[in-house]
Amino acid sequence: MTVARDAAPLREPGDPMTGPDPVAPAIWEEVELTEEDQELRKKLIRVWGDGPGLWGWIRSTSHASIGKRYVVTAFIFFLLGGLEAGMMRLQLSRPENSFLGPDRYNQIFTMHGTTMMFLFAVPVMVAMGLYLVPLMVGAREVAFSRLNAYGYWVYLIGGLFIYTQFFLNTGPDTGWFAYVPLSGPEFSPGKRVDTWAQMITFTEIAALAGATEIVITAFKHRAPGMSLNRIPLFVWAMITTSFMIIFAMPAVATGSQFLAADRLIDTHFFNHAEGGDALLWQHLFWFFGHPEVYIIFMPALGIISSIVPTFTRRPIFGYPVMVMALITTGFMSFGLWVHHMFATPIPQLGQSFFTAASTMIAIPTGVQIFCWIATIWAGRPRFATPLLFVLGFFFTFIIGGLSGVMIASVAFDQQAHDTYFIVAHLHYVLLGGAVMPLFGGFYYWFPKFTGRLMNERMGKWNFWLFFIGVNVTFFPMHILGLEGMTRRIYTYLPETGWGPLNALVSGGAVLIVASVALFIFNFFRSLRHGAVAGDNPWGADTLEWATASPPEPYVFLYPPVVQSRNPLWTEGRERPVFTGLRTDIRDTLVTTTLDATPDYRQNSPNPTAWPFIAALATGVMFISAIFTAWGLVVGSVLLFFPLVKWGWPDRHDQSVRYSGRGEIVEK
Amino acid sequence: MLHRSLQRALVVATCFLTACVAGFNESALRPEGPQAGRIGSLWWFMFAVAAAVWLIVNAFLVWAVRRGRRRDLPLIEPTGDAPMKRSVVIGTGITVLILTVFLVSDIATGHALGSMPRKDALRIEVKGHQWWWEVNYVDPTPGRMVTTANEIHIPVGEPVQIIGTSPDVIHSFWIPNLQGKKDLIPGHTTSTWLRADTAGVYRGQCAEFCGAQHAKMIALVIAEPRDKFEAWYNSQLDSAKAPSDSVTTRGQQVFLKSACAVCHTISGTRAGGRIGPVLSHIGSRTTLASGWLRNTPGNLGGWIVDPQGIKPGTKMPPNNIDPADLQALITYLESLK
Repeated sequence: MTVARDAAPLREPGDPMTGPDPVAPAIWEEVELTEEDQELRKKLIRVWGDGPGLWGWIRSTSHASIGKRYVVTAFIFFLLGGLEAGMMRLQLSRPENSFLGPDRYNQIFTMHGTTMMFLFAVPVMVAMGLYLVPLMVGAREVAFSRLNAYGYWVYLIGGLFIYTQFFLNTGPDTGWFAYVPLSGPEFSPGKRVDTWAQMITFTEIAALAGATEIVITAFKHRAPGMSLNRIPLFVWAMITTSFMIIFAMPAVATGSQFLAADRLIDTHFFNHAEGGDALLWQHLFWFFGHPEVYIIFMPALGIISSIVPTFTRRPIFGYPVMVMALITTGFMSFGLWVHHMFATPIPQLGQSFFTAASTMIAIPTGVQIFCWIATIWAGRPRFATPLLFVLGFFFTFIIGGLSGVMIASVAFDQQAHDTYFIVAHLHYVLLGGAVMPLFGGFYYWFPKFTGRLMNERMGKWNFWLFFIGVNVTFFPMHILGLEGMTRRIYTYLPETGWGPLNALVSGGAVLIVASVALFIFNFFRSLRHGAVAGDNPWGADTLEWATASPPEPYVFLYPPVVQSRNPLWTEGRERPVFTGLRTDIRDTLVTTTLDATPDYRQNSPNPTAWPFIAALATGVMFISAIFTAWGLVVGSVLLFFPLVKWGWPDRHDQSVRYSGRGEIVEK
Repeated sequence: MLHRSLQRALVVATCFLTACVAGFNESALRPEGPQAGRIGSLWWFMFAVAAAVWLIVNAFLVWAVRRGRRRDLPLIEPTGDAPMKRSVVIGTGITVLILTVFLVSDIATGHALGSMPRKDALRIEVKGHQWWWEVNYVDPTPGRMVTTANEIHIPVGEPVQIIGTSPDVIHSFWIPNLQGKKDLIPGHTTSTWLRADTAGVYRGQCAEFCGAQHAKMIALVIAEPRDKFEAWYNSQLDSAKAPSDSVTTRGQQVFLKSACAVCHTISGTRAGGRIGPVLSHIGSRTTLASGWLRNTPGNLGGWIVDPQGIKPGTKMPPNNIDPADLQALITYLESLK
């Protein structure tokens, strides 16, 4: 534990950078706990710890436990999605290949898209946020920790459900976008698409739960002194992302419920013969689907903004501009969904509006890239693996960004739309823009998650294999697309001439597989044999590094008080702390949204299994609803009881509530 | 890092080379009409600018990284933030400028694409089916309407309006050498223009995922000089050729007595099914199964006997026909020029 206890007076909020220049210390000293601290530690572990055994594991509502589970689960789905991609690449490696038939191939590409978007990318980013945001803002727990547990279990059940169906060869086969009427009752009989639509519902609930927690945690549970202009950029990215989830998910929720209703109870939302419209689905889906891409991308920007200052040993350049850029991107991302529909009949003037919006969204991202380069220019870069992944991000993501600006053009998009050019673009953006920073973030925070460092040598191999693999795999796809290769085809004729480039692409995929395999090996090896990290192995500036590695259940022995944007650099070891919270119950501090001055104290709920049971009931309700409408009735009744028990005031954990502004008043 | 970018450039060059050597059959990069031509110019313009931007930004990044590696610099910038502020502002300004140029050139291209001469142009209705294309030539005189499938003949150098609809799911009509794609959506009618300036056969695939056999839904546009086009058109107006010998007569009887006639039309006979493509002039087409097979007697026989093996999921059922009958049927169908 690195501890400092003499509280310095709070500086005025809104005055972030007074005092000495923040300098990253070369050596980070560990501090021994005093006897008094040891006593407190034991007490807090009793209060905040998960119970023992499997039962304790199920009951856990700790953001760290749930966050880790979330990340690991999402990563397993990433591997499954990757295996699906590998099978597709095997099938397409030569013309008229017979490795996969159309039915299997269509299920696989649907599952690949669905897995990567709904079960990997969004959950893993939300999970990183759920783990890190409380640490970064100096809180002991997320707001609504029971909701957090519920969100994870619902997500897990949704993922297991769709994979069970897939392994039974009844996986969805209409694409992750599930366009009607192909996904409607007439052209997709059976339960395949219902599985998909219900899985969407599960992940929507999980994402909304996670987003709510992150917003409330970041707005109401910040350490005293962490005014809005001192929030770490990663937290800003997560706040913006969470708001986007809150506004985008209802659109796809509406869409998937309409689809389910069309399929299960014969409504006609999308049936043009009865006055519905197939294009309605596309608008609903892409009104969610485009922000979705930014929901995946923005946390990655936050990860980069965490890694760059640490490894250049300089505070990020242009902090206010970076925050504004994030928020602008968040807003603009809701104004470009029609660029997925440029081949549909939409008036030219309308299309031009969306071209303009899709083009201009490059500005805030460009600004961030310039600010990072400026930070690196002024800094003293150290080539550790996290920074390598960030540099790889620049080389690959910019290609994706530029091809994105190209396909914002209606005219050009009419050629590129639904071809491998788009496949190339989106993988450059998602692998270069989100997965590379995510890998970097993983190497960066692994010591915080586990207490040990990952192996650097393997990390560098991991990076180079991934970097070369991504480029060899996806760059030729641009050419394939322009040469007429459309998406989602399970085979092609030799006379198309696509064979050689497809073979090259499949070869590149092998490099990616090798890279990920090396990552997994490094992960397991480092878990056991990695160098012991200590609290702050990288000499970073944000609060998560002021905790033990891995953090204790109570996170901060003494909740910190923040005086600048780079608390660990400006204040060094003599950081002020906040006292006065009860240590016999899960007491937390709630601060004001703007200035983070202490507002009141609140009790964080104790662990309980009811969120888990409620998630099971939710699962029964949604899954049985596919087979009979009575499932909803039975499920609602089943869900009612755990929800009541979940919220029921418990005599033992009903602690004294505190209220009042700036002062503590016992009711 | 410079070393790396050099290697990358090599990889890119190799890819382009491979592409050229392979000789692609359909390509947005080899325009043969004004629409694809304009989009092609827009693409090359954007590509050049984008390549320059990529190089410049990454050059700055490499420079920034190398500068930071120098050990003789003081830890805190003596110049303060001013140079960084200036370069970020300049960079942002250039970004806005480039994006605005892109936007204007896109709108200009879009405007040019939309303004083709429309007077008495040939109008062709293309209907996307799972998984083939129905092609109707629209003519004010009902007797001069022609219906065919999968292969669209057009006169060279004349604008053609394509009117798209779909009776089942969404498809997308796309001939990369001639024009960008347009979705065919049930309940909507879409329209696009194209013109081929060189005679030739232009291939295109369905571009919107439409189910199991999305991959095997290929359209051919056959652009030929006006006189050849008219000759073809007039031949299509005729009823299907009547059987001229005993083999073709037997073939016709097989066709009419078996399941074929339920789904397919052969004009001048009782066969009037509308589920599958019209077969009145099947012998004159170059491909079968929506562009997947060359139209040879062997392929035709294989297709009739085992369509599910060639195109699993297609609506056409397997036909267990006596070999001699099959031979007669093939001969009959191939005689329908």
